[in-house]
Amino acid sequence: MQIPDVKQKWPNPINTVTIGATKEEGGTRTCTVTVGGATTLPYLHFEGEIPNPPVIAMEVWDIAPSDWHEELGKNFSDVWDNPGRWAKKCVDEFGADLICLRLQGCDPEEENKGSEEAAQAVKEVLKAVGVPLIIWGCGNKEKDNEIFPACSQAAAGERCLLGTITEDNYKTLVALCQADKHKVIAESPVDINIAKQVNILATDAGLSEEDIVIYPTTGALGYGIEYVYSIMERGRIAGLGGDKMWAMPILGDIGKEVWKVKEAVATKEEIPEWGDHTQRGPLWEFITAVVYLQAGADILIMRHPKAVKETKKYINSLIG
Amino acid sequence: MIFVGERINGGFKDIQRAIKEKDKTIIQHWAKIQSEAGADYLDVNMGAASNKVEDFVWMIETVQEAVSTPISIDSNKPAFIKEALKVCKKPALINSTTADKEKLDEIVPLAVEHGASLVGVCMDKKGSPQDVNRRVELGATIFSEAVEKGLPEDRIFLDPVTMPLKFLQEQAGNVIEAIRQLTLLSSPPPHIILGLSNISSKTKEPSLINRIFLVMCIEAGLDAAICDVTDQELVNSAITAELILNKQIYSDAFIKAYRESRRK
Repeated sequence: MQIPDVKQKWPNPINTVTIGATKEEGGTRTCTVTVGGATTLPYLHFEGEIPNPPVIAMEVWDIAPSDWHEELGKNFSDVWDNPGRWAKKCVDEFGADLICLRLQGCDPEEENKGSEEAAQAVKEVLKAVGVPLIIWGCGNKEKDNEIFPACSQAAAGERCLLGTITEDNYKTLVALCQADKHKVIAESPVDINIAKQVNILATDAGLSEEDIVIYPTTGALGYGIEYVYSIMERGRIAGLGGDKMWAMPILGDIGKEVWKVKEAVATKEEIPEWGDHTQRGPLWEFITAVVYLQAGADILIMRHPKAVKETKKYINSLIG
Repeated sequence: MIFVGERINGGFKDIQRAIKEKDKTIIQHWAKIQSEAGADYLDVNMGAASNKVEDFVWMIETVQEAVSTPISIDSNKPAFIKEALKVCKKPALINSTTADKEKLDEIVPLAVEHGASLVGVCMDKKGSPQDVNRRVELGATIFSEAVEKGLPEDRIFLDPVTMPLKFLQEQAGNVIEAIRQLTLLSSPPPHIILGLSNISSKTKEPSLINRIFLVMCIEAGLDAAICDVTDQELVNSAITAELILNKQIYSDAFIKAYRESRRK
């Protein structure tokens, strides 16, 4: 008796999104990064194609962080007063595929920097490194809408990934993406329906489906990771099955979430049973990244160099 | 949900006239409207307007001049199907064969050879099926013959034969149960299709009857229908039924999202 073939045929590949533009394409990047394109569920190579490996963006701020854990700080405190030098270290020493510049300094509750300073930080990072750039706002809606026009302009033609749009705040960034030829990160609060709705709103406003990366919000290991995993899995199945509003690559903001949790940061002195935090922190970040990769994440934003190194090894083993 | 637009049918007076006078405009008008409404296939049926294969080919070529929507070749004559397949620009849907061996032997290979999908109607020369068992038995025959002859399972559509509610009211329940049982034939199940408008033949409130019957059939496992795709309430009902069955992810703009995704 012939054993039936259990391979699944998925009708709709995930979109590919290319970030960065070289000189020939109108930018100044020395390389571009392309994500997405899977024709099957994560890493089922026997069933389909995974043409583009996931990539890692290392996180850089426009100000020196005041509250990063010492375990992170020891890698960056020599450079983090300057986003350009910080970005360069991430690329040259730690192998970042992209840089994610988070404009935390513009947060009214931080240093409340203005759009000129934000644009200046963008320019400095663009000058210092050749890898593609993610520009992430400070998280305050009104402030981000204020600073993004200048940032988008400063990076016009570089095909950056701008973050983020949400269900109730998307028009500014969508317009900037269309004008300055960038891509957008579409954020939703661990809600598969809102994730779809944000993409509908963005494409209705004129953005192409191929210009969107989905960010379903990230939960660290132990802090809701399974909710996000199940949304990513269900959404990816829908995308492959033909739902165009879920057929986008997915991003995970790993470092920011992990380095908040006590399992990553509590020292051995505080909780002796948990062992050496200099291992534990990077390990927590690495394992969180592994889980998101299994769910289909295409872009990971990470902080600790050790976690980045291990995750890169893991990605190579998945791609085979 | 796979929608097959039913309107280009020689049973309608305007189409009948268009065929006789070789007037392209009315056929192309219905081709465009149904395509814009989201039809996956356009059914082309000459009806009694002509018995010449050239006229059938002319209808298909006329449609393809106006739109790129794939064609549902509505004929059970192998000679007509053959000629039609030659001119279809995209993989067609052959509508249909019965469960009779002679028909299957002639028509299934055409589907295999031309990369077409095939509707198998659950009836044979003994007559229309009167109950659930006969429908399922004939459907299983068609399915296994087609698979054996090399037709991939995802190109097989089974039609358990809709009958008019007004004259054969008890058959509606038989159709629904037959759909449910036909989905058990394989995993994933074969496509199940109906000529929907038959249910409301000569009734009052035909649109209401069509859409309620459609929803009940979708719940039982129907995933394709030859119907009035321009009836927005009908299409919206199908979209909503699929949502309720968790076949599509909900979003606040779910109707719009579904329609938009078919437009591209």
